[in-house]
Amino acid sequence: MNTLLMPESSINTQSPLKVGVACVKLVKEFGDGANRNRVLHELDIDFYSNQLTLLVGPSGCGKTTLISIIAGLLFPTSGDVELFGTPQSRLKGGKLVRFRAQNVGFVFQQYNLLPALTATENVCVPLLIQGVPRSQALIKAKEMLDRVGLATRAGAYSRELSGGQQQRVAIARALVHEPRLLVCDEPTAALDGNSGRTVMQLIREVSVQPGRVVIVVTHDSRVYSYGDRMIEMSDGRVTNISNSPSSSMTDSQVISQFKSKETH
Amino acid sequence: MNWVAWKMLNGDPVKYLGTVFGVGFGVLLIAQQCSIFVGIILRTANPIADVREAQIWVMDPYLQNADEIKPLSDSDLYRIRGVEGVDWAVKIYKGLARAKIETGNFRQVILMGVDDQSLIGAPVKMIEGDIRDLKRPDAIVMDQYGYKYLWPNEPFQVGREVEMNDRRAVIVGICDVSAPFQSFPVVFTRYSQAVQFVASERQQLSFVVAAPRQGYQVDEVCRLINEQTRSIGEKSGLIAMPYREFVWINIKYYLENTGIPVNFGITITLGFIVGTAIAGQTFYLFTIENLKQFGALKAMGVTNWGIVGMICLQASVVGVIGLSIGLGLTALFFVATTRLLPDLRGLHLMWEIAGGTCLAVTLIICLASALSLRKVLTLEPAVVFR
Ligand SMILES: Nc1ncnc2c1ncn2[C@@H]1O[C@H](COP(=O)(O)OP(=O)(O)O)[C@@H](O)[C@H]1O
Ligand SMILES: [Mg+2]
Repeated sequence: MNTLLMPESSINTQSPLKVGVACVKLVKEFGDGANRNRVLHELDIDFYSNQLTLLVGPSGCGKTTLISIIAGLLFPTSGDVELFGTPQSRLKGGKLVRFRAQNVGFVFQQYNLLPALTATENVCVPLLIQGVPRSQALIKAKEMLDRVGLATRAGAYSRELSGGQQQRVAIARALVHEPRLLVCDEPTAALDGNSGRTVMQLIREVSVQPGRVVIVVTHDSRVYSYGDRMIEMSDGRVTNISNSPSSSMTDSQVISQFKSKETH
Repeated sequence: MNWVAWKMLNGDPVKYLGTVFGVGFGVLLIAQQCSIFVGIILRTANPIADVREAQIWVMDPYLQNADEIKPLSDSDLYRIRGVEGVDWAVKIYKGLARAKIETGNFRQVILMGVDDQSLIGAPVKMIEGDIRDLKRPDAIVMDQYGYKYLWPNEPFQVGREVEMNDRRAVIVGICDVSAPFQSFPVVFTRYSQAVQFVASERQQLSFVVAAPRQGYQVDEVCRLINEQTRSIGEKSGLIAMPYREFVWINIKYYLENTGIPVNFGITITLGFIVGTAIAGQTFYLFTIENLKQFGALKAMGVTNWGIVGMICLQASVVGVIGLSIGLGLTALFFVATTRLLPDLRGLHLMWEIAGGTCLAVTLIICLASALSLRKVLTLEPAVVFR
């Protein structure tokens, strides 16, 4: 079982690893009859909180399908996902949507910011979805933007921001409501090397915390070093799980680095 | 989330204006085309509708419209006056004559002969002169646009002479009338005078108009006239009807027997289709273009009801503003054109048409919303990762 491959040493050796999200015999098939295509083959994977898990593998191996199911956007054909002790199969309809609103943060390859909203306004959307009053949501969103080093661009629209900046706004949006699960699908695929590294570093530093599971899908080998643990997939199966060397910069170091970048 | 919906709508001013003006233009097309059609069709009955005192119109039963008249005989008038429930009944002449002025310029005119004593049927709104002068010999009253046709760019002048079918007539007044369908000048004179102008015709009694006696209903008196005039002799009899019904008979005649509804009908149908298509399409596209954004919102935990609310809010805003713009432009169009072009006088945006347009455009926007909603609601939130 995968749990046997649990990393013996990681940067969080001080505290014991806690399973936050667990896939149990997860199967996903698309189509039916002759066209049936099994994309995930009885996956058993544990994701630990307080660390960054990289999900890597060639294009088409099922990474996006897997995180879509974990995040509750797609239903598995069979098997289940345990989300912080709650079997996902028990969350139906509105309950699942509400669970997503409260517990899941998303970072997409294409950022998916609302072009009509400023950076701050985009960041406060998850709070608005939860019914937080707008004035309060905007204050929290500003704080979050500050944490990703974009305080000075609070009023900018996405068309006025570079790709890297847009992705940082998206990260702030994904974290503003303090979700217990953060899923990022190829967050650096649309970015150049530098911006990609900046974004990964940021995800690592502002999102990893006790009680939160962070999953980053990528096939960008340049950013492998930002993960604590790497799950390799191929053809809908896990082929290897390993610890990956981790950046050891502190939170404040990262932020000050971004802030100095902002000034020019 | 209403705030986000509102922002999505006007966050892109170009798209927002495009959508709102798309709906507005659709509304303009519908409201304007329908107003012109209805206005022109109503004109066919204007000479009758203008005779406000007459609640009951009596005519030959085979008459199809007010421009194709089979005359009655004088004895018919006395038969009608003898009917129980009739307060008064007077003769009306309606026909065509030729008016020629001193320069030789001439026009076909609509000639209305009104009751000699009571002047029932005479115009209500005088611009120059006094309607009582119609009792003077050879007196006529001409409508202001007719006067302008005959004497372009000349001031109104009472006392001018014209030849009506080669007989001398004196303009004693200039009046305002509702625009007739044919855009001919309208000339009023006494019945006895009208008979002289058109002396070549054997019988001139076009209509008898009557009013019910106190205590009698219009419909009841019409029925009594019909019964009592039919019972006498072998003659074909008469038919009496309330004024509204006569107006409608005229309108129906033109609708059923002329190319107007076909031609115009095609135009307004096209206007309607194009208008609703533009209105519906622009809104549908607006939502579809935002599909990915709605997908992201769904992934982030906006419920389907939340999405319905957002799209309904956007639809209402676009609908209300688009309708306001469209109806405003339509009203403005009529204010501007009816001032500049006398032929379009009397045409205006009718509230029934404004209401109907609102209804149609609301329906089409609801339909467009429903169609786009279907797309958004069935959208797999997982597409945000694609
Ligand atoms: N909605 C779908 N319908 C049918 N097949 C799908 C659908 N989504 C993904 N697939 C298939 O599942 C496989 C895995 O896709 P995906 O999870 O997107 O891979 P990855 O993210 O690793 O590139 C691919 O072969 C893809 O064609
Ligand atoms: Mg993928």
